[in-house]
Formats: sequence, structure tokens, C-alpha cells
Amino acid sequence: MANEQIGIQLAYVVAAALFIFGLKFLGSPATARRGNQISAVGMLLAVVAALMDQGIVDYSYIFAGFIIGGAIGAAASRLVQMTAMPEMVALFNGFGGLASLCVGIAAVGASAGTFTLFTVVLSILIGGVTFTGSIIAWGKLSEKLGNLKALPNQKMVSFAVVGGLVVFSLLFIAFPGGDLWLLLLVALALAFGVLLVIPIGGADMPVVISLLNSYSGLAACAAGFAINNNILIVAGSLVGASGIILTQIMCKAMNRSLSNVLFSGFADPVEAAAAIEGEVKPLSVEDAFYVLEAATSVAIIPGYGMAVAQAQHVVNELRELLEKNGAEVVFGIHPVAGRMPGHMNVLLAEADVPYDLLLEMDEINPRMDTVDVAIVIGANDVVNPAAREVESSPIYGMPVINVDNARTVFVLKRSMASGFAGIDNPLFFKDNTRMIFGDAKETITGLIREFD
Amino acid sequence: MEAVFLTFILMLSIFVGFELINKVPATLHTPLMSGANAISGITVVGAVALAGTGRGDLANWLGALAVALASINVVGGYMVTDRMLAMFKKRGG
Repeated sequence: MANEQIGIQLAYVVAAALFIFGLKFLGSPATARRGNQISAVGMLLAVVAALMDQGIVDYSYIFAGFIIGGAIGAAASRLVQMTAMPEMVALFNGFGGLASLCVGIAAVGASAGTFTLFTVVLSILIGGVTFTGSIIAWGKLSEKLGNLKALPNQKMVSFAVVGGLVVFSLLFIAFPGGDLWLLLLVALALAFGVLLVIPIGGADMPVVISLLNSYSGLAACAAGFAINNNILIVAGSLVGASGIILTQIMCKAMNRSLSNVLFSGFADPVEAAAAIEGEVKPLSVEDAFYVLEAATSVAIIPGYGMAVAQAQHVVNELRELLEKNGAEVVFGIHPVAGRMPGHMNVLLAEADVPYDLLLEMDEINPRMDTVDVAIVIGANDVVNPAAREVESSPIYGMPVINVDNARTVFVLKRSMASGFAGIDNPLFFKDNTRMIFGDAKETITGLIREFD
Repeated sequence: MEAVFLTFILMLSIFVGFELINKVPATLHTPLMSGANAISGITVVGAVALAGTGRGDLANWLGALAVALASINVVGGYMVTDRMLAMFKKRGG
């Protein structure tokens, strides 16, 4: 090994260590920012080392790529709104997948050993699925694709595509140099990504986006095998592991298996269970204010509706007023509230809510019976008591935030339409529940005005 | 032998990854994902070598495209993660 090669490899070792330290510092909000910076230094080191490679004779393509990509990335990171983070992460997952797909294809010419070809196939498959899957996910999240459902005969089509992928992979490995097999592989991988994500609904997006996050890492990993590069394998598998853990957490929080989330789009919808007895009790903003003024303990449970209404800033104002009035205010965050893991936490952090007030489900549930008022803002399924009480409910067994144990529950809601899962919510009919209809932001602004 | 060696690295890093990520609190899951986006931009390292062969053929163009895409992830991912993490504040802090 030439000296300069050894130098590059050593730099990769240091970069890997910096990535690991960076992730370690992400273990606490107090050190997380430093961790991200350490990880960025590791990336810079790896890129500089890669540029030292003597095999590089032409830097023009490389720098053109750097400048264009870097400018787009920098602009996007500044312009994106916090409510649009799920879309951005979905797009970035897709770019990572496509980059690995390109590296996989470009690596075909370099070597033709059977193992290398096998890893080329893997990087094309995972990269392609990640790319189109993420684009569909992005379209669904940004509501540009409307309400796409599974194709007719989707099961048959999917089986045919998987069969084609297996056949063409074998042909490609058995007969190196067959450009036709390569093209067919790429096309089918791209098609498979679309098929995989199209049947999945909006409320299941936290799972999909975590899974695609994992795939984008695994694609980098496969590309690393294809071009014999350690740092791609290390960094790719760190990302892969991260995505898999998040996927598990999301699935557990919905009490569903991964295959159920991925394939239930094919299943027939469940018939509505027994009708719910009781009566909905609406409440005016003014009356809600009198209840809140007397409360000493308030819990706020946000959901995707808070993001849609962009209500996070007024929610924080309300928190400050309640605290000034002598009440203790905490937030209860369900793992699948919103469209991606941690979505609510970032929105509330943006609105200057201190992160030590954001309690996880397991922390807030035991103290719920000491809460005077629980305010549900734009959340539905994650506070649905049917998950505990109604055995025939499709979400039965899903862990939920037990807001109905609070003395009074306010539900801020646009109308009586059911949540994304399309399931009736008995919470709205409970004796201690009051519905405040209207846009969440306007309702809370109204409450703030009453305090003045 | 090379393949075995690389698989060894893969296995160890997956275990390290699981240990590390399990300790990340739920409140940081969104920055974790965008930070992971940035790290998955590591593909840029592989793309650089392919884009620089100077042959002006398909490999070059594919490499340049991969460099651009991965750079979006690296630059955008780290910057947006930093922007988010700067917003996380403790009470009174």
C-alpha cells in the first residue's frame, strides 16, 4: 500500500471515530449541537482525504458537483419551515439513495468479481427503492400527490416486480457486462420503491420515513462494499441502525408489526365497531378560559393538527400566561404524534418551549389523574381511549396518552370528522370532555385574549 | 478475504450504531434523522473517486451526479440539524 493510501485510510479511521462521538453526544439535548458539529468535522476530514486519492486526474466534475449540491443543500436548510421537516428528511433520504445507486452503477466497470457484482446489485436495489419510495413519501407528506391508494391488482404487480428483480439480478451476476440486465434492474428497483410506499397512509408516515432513513444508510453501505471503501460501510451502517431503531420505536408505539404497516394498505377497511353512546359537549372559548384560570395543573397534548394550524407559537404564549397565573404546564408527546419521529418536539422547541417540559408518554400517563385540564390540540388517534377499552377497535392495544384520566379534557378540533385512521374516538363523548370547535390557532389566540 | 474483512467491519459498526442510537432521547429524534441524512451523504467519498477518473464517460457523469446529490445531503443535513438543535433550550438556560 502506498504511503498516501495509508494516510487516506487512517483519515477514514479518525472520521469514523468522529461520527461515533458525534452520535454519542446526541444522547442529550445539552450536548447534541456539539455532537452534530463533531460529526460534520468527521465528514469534512473524510471528503478531504478522498480528494487526496492519486487516482483522481480531473477535479472539474467533482467541484461542479460540490458547488451545485452544496448550494442547494445550504439554501434548503435555511429556507425550510420547521413544520416541513418531514418532507425535507424524506427528500434527503431519496437523494442519498439515488447517490448510492449512481455509485453502484459507476462501480460496474471497475471490477467484475462475483462478490462485487452482488454488492453492485444490492446498492442498485436499495438505492433505487430508497429514491422512488422517498419521492412518493415526500409527495404524500407535502400533499402534492393527493390521496394515492394501492393500484388495482397491486399484489400481483408487486410479485411480478420482485420476481423480475431476482431473475435479472442473477442474469446480471452470471453474465457480467450485460448492460440490458443492468438497465432492467435499475428500472424495476425504481418501480418497486413506488409500489412499496404508494399504499401507505398519512398516519403511518413516521414508520415509512424512518424505514427509508435506514435504507439510505444501507444503500451507502452496499455502495461501500461495491467500491471496497471502509468509511462508507461504517457510516452507512450507523445510519442504517439508527433508522431501524426508530422504525421499531414507531411500530411499537402503534402496536403494529412492520409488515402490517407496509402491507395493510392492501387489506379491506375494518367495519366500524359498535356505536358510541353519549353526547358531544361543545364549549365556548370564554367558558374554557374560566376553567383554565382556575386550573393549577395543565397538560398539553399536541398532534399533527398543531403543525397544520402552525399553532406552536401561540401554544407557547398560552403556556407562559398559564404559568404566570400559577399553573404548572407540561406537554405530553406521543411517539407517533406528527409525521416523523420527534416532529412535535422540534416544533415546540422552535416556539421556545423548554425541552424539559416535554414529557414522553410513559412519563405523563402516571401523573395524568393529578392534571386539572388536559388540552388536546390537533391529536386524535394518540389519545383515543378505544385503544384500551374497545377490543374490536383497529387500534386496540396501541399505547395512548390517557387524557381521559385528567379532571377535564379540552379537545381543540376543526369538526367531528374522525382522525387519519378513520376510527371513532369515544374520548369526545366522555363526561369530562369538552369540545372546542374551530381552527386551533384561532381558538388559542382567543384564550390568550381572554387572559389580557 | 477482502469480503470477509468488510463484513466484519459491517457487523461491528451495526452493533455500535444500535448501542449509540438507543441512548438518543425521543425529543431529539427529528435532529437524529436529519443528522443521519447528513452522515448518509458519506456516499460523496465514493462518488469523488468515480467522478475524477477523467475519462469523460458515463462513470464520470454518474460520479458528478452522485457528488452533487450527496453534497446536498451533507451540507443541507448538517446545517438544518444545527439550526434545529440551536432551538432546544432548557428552562432558564
